[in-house]
Amino acid sequence: MSRPTLFALQVLVAVVCIVLWQVLSTVPVFGKILLPPFFFSNPFDVFSQIVKWFASGVIWKHLGITLAESILAFVIGSLGGVLVGFWFARQPLVAAVFDPYVKMVNALPRVVLAPIFALWLGLGIWSKVALGVTLVFFIVFFNVYQGVKEVSRTVLDNGRMLGMSERQLMQHVYWPSALSWMFSSLHTSVGFAVVGAVVGEYLGSAAGLGYLIQQAEGVFDVAGVFAGMFVLSAFVILIDFGVTLVERRLLVWRPTASDGRG
Amino acid sequence: MPTAVALEDAKVAFRLGDGRVYTAVEKAHLAVAQGEFVAIVGPTGCGKSTLLNVAAGLLKPAAGNVKIFDRPLAGLNRDAGYLFQADALFPWKTALDNVAIGLEIKGTPRAEALPRAQKWLTSVGLGAFAGRYPHMLSGGQRKRVALAQVLIRDPKILLMDEPFGPLDAQTRQVMGNLLLDLWNADRKAVLFVTHDLEEAIALADRVVIMSAGPSSRIIGDWRVSLPRPRDIFEVRLDKEFHALHREIWSVLKDEVMKGYAQSTQAAEAV
Repeated sequence: MSRPTLFALQVLVAVVCIVLWQVLSTVPVFGKILLPPFFFSNPFDVFSQIVKWFASGVIWKHLGITLAESILAFVIGSLGGVLVGFWFARQPLVAAVFDPYVKMVNALPRVVLAPIFALWLGLGIWSKVALGVTLVFFIVFFNVYQGVKEVSRTVLDNGRMLGMSERQLMQHVYWPSALSWMFSSLHTSVGFAVVGAVVGEYLGSAAGLGYLIQQAEGVFDVAGVFAGMFVLSAFVILIDFGVTLVERRLLVWRPTASDGRG
Repeated sequence: MPTAVALEDAKVAFRLGDGRVYTAVEKAHLAVAQGEFVAIVGPTGCGKSTLLNVAAGLLKPAAGNVKIFDRPLAGLNRDAGYLFQADALFPWKTALDNVAIGLEIKGTPRAEALPRAQKWLTSVGLGAFAGRYPHMLSGGQRKRVALAQVLIRDPKILLMDEPFGPLDAQTRQVMGNLLLDLWNADRKAVLFVTHDLEEAIALADRVVIMSAGPSSRIIGDWRVSLPRPRDIFEVRLDKEFHALHREIWSVLKDEVMKGYAQSTQAAEAV
């Protein structure tokens, strides 16, 4: 299928959904409105709510806060994940000792930590950052751990035979291998950073997209809830696009699935 | 001529998972003189690669001595370059960086290492592929890069573990000729492991035959007096080549059959 046709069909799906939504929530079918506006609002109201947010500029503050929380969560979580992942992979004893605890903490649904973080760190951005960090850390940690442990034996031997010292092996073999594993989980970890931020905001905050949605919900402003959701989706898609660009730049050396040669 | 690599009654054994000890190679006695090209041939699983790893210092012999230029080998063999059978290039480095790394490790500044790496890439016929990553190269091209990566460090000894094994027949011959050309320039001591007898005779000064494993031994040592420089395509048509091939094969054949019988037995036991 050619690209323009594909794009046209993709747009068509959105148009059909929106038209159906608009029609079913405004025009009665057999004397009954199938999507009561109180619960479903309608596309027009949602769209005007989004326009109002951007026109008045209130949205920027909330977007900025959520973005800042996501970035901080991602950076801190990744840094911790890389360091601990490296440490565990190079010190099997440490890894063995901590193994049950790592599994235990990872098994915990992170949402239950939100109240604790709110208690410890207040309602500002740091409780949201902490929630995001607990999500990002484990993804990066597991990937880096795996990446360092699964360095090809031959590549490692080759490095040794070429005369690399332990430090040089670290720099030229372990590190690039670990990073490549980390970047392969970049989409997931960035996604989780945003999840942490928004869920944290939703559970208690004074600003951010999650706060916006929660406020709208509190006054039964369904249009506001939907508008928040759409802005959030667009925000995540934009971030994901940025990640793809970064990834393409950093992982040029990796064969892609469509690449014939292995 | 001084001896570059000497294995004296080297024995290699591994402890298996269930506590038993598996002896791969028994009483291996082998000397490679400086400038000599020695090929080790043997049936699959006879421990030829094991012997090479001992010479490289990647494995410690359970008994016996390893001497490099008459000095006992402790740790890794720093005089040797090793060409692996599997892909050993750093996948995150371009061809050029893969070659230059050999020098950079030794502390050569990057600005100096890069032009020299480019020169080596050109001499293995990949001058135009400097910016490619390993996955963008064919199997044969990757072997060329690996060869340049090893040779740029100018090791006194070259250890090669079925380096052209994964390549197709034509590419193998081309690579063999390239190897001979490069080797002819400064005649390093070479220990070349292969399961291909023809390849061994075509390339080497001496062909060493190993018996089927376990506890394999060196059971034959032939001198190849075909004139140099050789062309691998031409040398295979030589009468002397055929005579030697027949002679060595009569010994090797029995071992190959033994090795084959053992591997099928082992498969049935499982």
